[in-house]
Amino acid sequence: MATKKYPVIWLQGAGCTGCSVSILNAVSPRIQNLLLDELVPGQQLNLLFHETIMAGQGERVIEVLKDTEKNRKDGYVLVVEGAIPTAENGIYGSIGKEDGKHLTILKSVQELGSNALLTLAIGTCAAFGGIPAAKPNPTGCKGVKEVFNENGISTPVVNLPGCPLHPDWFIGTISVVLFSGMQALDLDDLARPKLFYGQLIHENCPRRADFDKGKFAQELGDTGCLYNLGCKGHYTYADCPLRQWNNGLNWCVKAGSPCLGCVEPEFPDGTSPMYEKIAFQELTWSQK
Amino acid sequence: MVTKVKIDPITRIEGHMAVEAVIDDGVVKEAKSAGTLFRGFEIILQGRDPRDANRLTQRICGVCPASHATASALCIDDAFGLTDKIPDNSKIIRYLILGSNFLQSHILHFYHLAALDYVDAVGALGDTAPFVPRYEGDYRVTGQENAELVNHYVRALDIRRKCQEMLAIFGGKMPHNVGIVPGGVTEKPTEDKITNFLWRLNEVRDFVDNTYIPDVIAVAKAYSDYFEIGKGCRRLLTYGGFDLPTGKLFKTGVVSPDLQLEPFAKENITEDVKHSWYADSSSGKNPAQSQTKPNPNKQRGYSFIKSPRYKGNVYELGPLARMVSNYVQGETITKELVDSVLGEFSAGVDALYSVLGRHAARALEAKFVADAMVDWLTSLKPDEPIIVDSEIPEHANGAGLTEAPRGSLGHWITIKDKKIDRYQVITPTAWNASPKDDKGRPGAVEQAIMGTKVKDKDNPFEIVRIVRAFDPCLACSVHLLDAKGSELGVFRVV
Repeated sequence: MATKKYPVIWLQGAGCTGCSVSILNAVSPRIQNLLLDELVPGQQLNLLFHETIMAGQGERVIEVLKDTEKNRKDGYVLVVEGAIPTAENGIYGSIGKEDGKHLTILKSVQELGSNALLTLAIGTCAAFGGIPAAKPNPTGCKGVKEVFNENGISTPVVNLPGCPLHPDWFIGTISVVLFSGMQALDLDDLARPKLFYGQLIHENCPRRADFDKGKFAQELGDTGCLYNLGCKGHYTYADCPLRQWNNGLNWCVKAGSPCLGCVEPEFPDGTSPMYEKIAFQELTWSQK
Repeated sequence: MVTKVKIDPITRIEGHMAVEAVIDDGVVKEAKSAGTLFRGFEIILQGRDPRDANRLTQRICGVCPASHATASALCIDDAFGLTDKIPDNSKIIRYLILGSNFLQSHILHFYHLAALDYVDAVGALGDTAPFVPRYEGDYRVTGQENAELVNHYVRALDIRRKCQEMLAIFGGKMPHNVGIVPGGVTEKPTEDKITNFLWRLNEVRDFVDNTYIPDVIAVAKAYSDYFEIGKGCRRLLTYGGFDLPTGKLFKTGVVSPDLQLEPFAKENITEDVKHSWYADSSSGKNPAQSQTKPNPNKQRGYSFIKSPRYKGNVYELGPLARMVSNYVQGETITKELVDSVLGEFSAGVDALYSVLGRHAARALEAKFVADAMVDWLTSLKPDEPIIVDSEIPEHANGAGLTEAPRGSLGHWITIKDKKIDRYQVITPTAWNASPKDDKGRPGAVEQAIMGTKVKDKDNPFEIVRIVRAFDPCLACSVHLLDAKGSELGVFRVV
């Protein structure tokens, strides 16, 4: 049987390319499998547009966007990395030229988003605005879902936050869709798959026993729970302690650093100062 | 006939970039490089806890975050009065993290960003995205040799991933490590981690020696005319970096076109803005005195990148600058490496100022750094300290100058009432991809494009090969816009 191919358009907005680099760090499957092979039997992704890796440039790659939007309605997946600058009609972020004018990120996310089968907002910037949207949000950055809501775009959005996101969260989400269909994605109230964002860091933290015994680190480099040094693991939902990063080698708390809460919508304003304790009772309603 | 070639977007770089070239009778007369995305990092940093800059500035760039982590840690150490107290272990671990970032970045650059301009991926893998569309008409490597290079493209994906894994051993995770912090590092150098790191490093070194460098040479043999293309401004600058207990791996240097070495002082850095979207009143001053006022509607402006200049001159930064600086200062390993490759082509140092020279310098630098890392790694002392305690000063200034994969990187901080009053970043791509300065002199990338013969204006391979040889990082260089057009405040170099 012929392989079913899912076209993917990967747009980069106001971001740092860190989420793309993180996807390159995937271990099983590796990035080459993701690009070239059937990801699951009989089905594979077809990455039509990704500025960091695609061979082409200039007008010809902008045509790929236009062609996909017009001719593949409801037949492609839109991945957005980076926030959407919305101030002054999106003038602060352009991905190329269209008819001699800047094609803004805002416009292309709206156009491609309207006709996509599904949109994945990867990384905290695309999901919730992230650092570019931090106070005073100079370029009016917003997450994809907010932009869709404001413009009446009904395409489903799955948020895969993280600064960056873990490659498994992306590949795992795609796997659920390919094996079991979009309806099988069990999302929390922030549109994150519970499969990856369903448990508190604090629940699975290897330093949890220290917390329970009241053994707290006082300075970076100390043993003990990092709560007093600003660890945000007590309100951050992600499976980092179980999955770990970079081929399962390490993760923030294991490396002696407080969790930054980077998958949460409050990152970074609500999680700062990063090395100061935010006590349970000080959490805002949305953080609880 | 005069025609204008516009390439927007320039892909296979970090970030959002566009290039325009005016071509007259087949030769580029004028070139403009511009960034097309703005976030406003320095504005976002104002009023925050100074220590948080170390976490936040890494997010300027996901390809080279460890460089920003290092520069900001050095900057905050300076402001906190910690510079002389940083334990040897911390210095070594910071530079093992940064060195791992260099290796992943250089390998990624050659194979995954640049190589598709030279290697025929379609010939080996078929007519499939993301390898089409592309420019057509000048893929010179064929058959078995081409298939081999495409195989290496795929294998390099694994090797660059291992560089990230090395980094994570001491950095916690990558991109955006947590290990480098003001005062030192957070991860202890236990023996198991050292061994674990070493064997990944050995695999990477084997790849650099036996695949990366030979592949650069193979491409250079097929495209030897590119030793003549993209000469650029010929002035090279490096702040120096990897300041280890045993000395600096990269020697500070300002190298003139005739290879004379001049001393470096950061007070000689100025920034012009005549052709950038900033008010002219802030132009040409030492950053210590300048007021930065964005003016996005300025007609003459064509980039949000400013034009950093050293003693008023245009400079190129990056692996070429570092290797040549070390070379003219007689650093023996650098000299051997450079001479061996030049010998392969019976070429002199002049050949380095070119598209291929930049690729070769980057590959040799990967070897230079990777080999040195073995010694750093084995000099770690598992029982010794990794961090010093610190307090946020009431008022202070600090500067952190280091080397990033793409060239010299500087962070500057002013602290008032224990908060960030000002934070300023000048990145290597800001130097390289800068627009014209007040005297009308084009930036380093623009100069490298000018004078180039473009064979086919519909497939201007020459231009994109020149641009990519600089490995531009746009997220790094256009982070300082205040979109609202308000003042960015006083920028001091201390």
